[in-house]
Amino acid sequence: MGTFSLFDIAGPIMVGPSSSHTAGAAKIGQFARAIFDATPTKVHFLLHGSFGEVYKGHATDRALLGGVMKFAPNDARIKTAFEHAKEKGLEYVFEPGNLGAQHHPNTVRITLENAERKMELIGSSIGGGNIVMTQINGFDVHLTGNGAEQYFTLVTENENRPGMLAKITGFLGDKAIRIVNMQSCYLAFENKVLSVLSIETALTLEDLLDLEKEDGILFARSLNKIAS
Amino acid sequence: MAASFMFHNGKELLQRCSENDMPIWDVMLHYEMQMSPRSKEEIWKMLEERLQVIFDGVDAAIENPELSPSGMVGKNTPLLAKGVHDFKKLEKELLLNEACIRAMLGAVATGENNARMGVILAFPTAGAAGVLPGVIYGAKFKLDLTRDQMVQMMLTASAIGVVIANTATLSGAAGGCQAEVGSATAMAAAALTEVRGKSPETSLHAASLALKNMIGLACDPIGGLVEVPCIKRNGIGAVFAMSASDMAYLGVESFVPFDEVVRAMREVGDLMSPKIRETALGGLAMTPTGQAVAERMGLLNIGDNPCSK
Repeated sequence: MGTFSLFDIAGPIMVGPSSSHTAGAAKIGQFARAIFDATPTKVHFLLHGSFGEVYKGHATDRALLGGVMKFAPNDARIKTAFEHAKEKGLEYVFEPGNLGAQHHPNTVRITLENAERKMELIGSSIGGGNIVMTQINGFDVHLTGNGAEQYFTLVTENENRPGMLAKITGFLGDKAIRIVNMQSCYLAFENKVLSVLSIETALTLEDLLDLEKEDGILFARSLNKIAS
Repeated sequence: MAASFMFHNGKELLQRCSENDMPIWDVMLHYEMQMSPRSKEEIWKMLEERLQVIFDGVDAAIENPELSPSGMVGKNTPLLAKGVHDFKKLEKELLLNEACIRAMLGAVATGENNARMGVILAFPTAGAAGVLPGVIYGAKFKLDLTRDQMVQMMLTASAIGVVIANTATLSGAAGGCQAEVGSATAMAAAALTEVRGKSPETSLHAASLALKNMIGLACDPIGGLVEVPCIKRNGIGAVFAMSASDMAYLGVESFVPFDEVVRAMREVGDLMSPKIRETALGGLAMTPTGQAVAERMGLLNIGDNPCSK
């Protein structure tokens, strides 16, 4: 038995037509963009399951693309996302495909790139506009960005060296920020570690840049902006 | 110990109302204050913002009608709007009163605005988003409701939604249309009853009467789109909610208590074939008319993937 908030019932405010195929898709796009944290010039969407079958009728494509351009699920510009992408010089490709039976039927793999970097993320729209991001650069994660969550999320990627987690937690400790929850995954292939931390206080942009300056930290992203 | 406003089912909701001597809407407001870090003022402001989304969406569809990308819907808002506009002239021929015609307009306009990618409030879902706007639109006219009263209606409706979400489901994929439009009519019936000054018990009877009327309703959308039959179901659902509320207002009680009705709805949802739970593999979706639309949209393989939708 779940505990539902008033705004789980009276909400979300969204661009139609479907909470799972439109609103959730926009949120996945927003999440991907927030973690990429730069302006992409190219984006590829691999649409799995139901997303691949009915994405046109539900405007899943426009919602995903809009999300990648930072449009929230209630942003009326989603309807004209293709035009906005052309204006911004963002190249996009939608391709139905199969990511494997372990994935939810409403799943997309988003590959974002620009001249400096490339990032691959997988997210699923699990109903009512709720989503879960399940992979970042091949690392298994579980990020929901649930509106009811009262915490902020910090995502970091670092080289696989001793003492790296201590560096991150020490950085937060120095700023008197409590860590509520934390998960780390190791990807042997690339010899990197990705960590997701729930923290009690938002980090500023300067904080994130400072953390990225630390030796061995490859990137640090904060997801405060899309907490609602 | 401070008073608790938590509830999971209808029985607990009525207990919280009587312990605190509050109507349902006020218990729901305090439930949210207890559960979230938001203040009363913030919650109220968020609800007012959502109420505005409801009215803006209805107005947008009336003022600027547009076909949905599939071409199936978008033409009915102007017809109903004309019915409201010319009501005095049509009164002798039409069977329903002006509040009912307005309710159908509010609901259909919301659905058509959703289908053409307008901004809507999923209340409780996008597919069933028309019922509450419909009854609010109709009741505002008939009862001359204030903004605060309409916010109270949203709270009463949400409390019923919380109970259904806890005990059954609000998702068409999980429970069929009875869980979507059916739940919305139950929510709306309770809200219409309470805003007219009836007790929490009477309001729950209205919710039961409405939901019982919808038990067994399949989710069978053509092409898998939230268009046909969803939008007109919202329109007629809004009037069902008004009927259930008037019945309860006149003293008619549901023979089966609300919590049992909700459990029955869940059970019927479990008994439903997945073909009539949002997969577009049964019911109206599989009629020759429905299949022709799916074919035109290139959705013929919609059933190939067993986890489809």
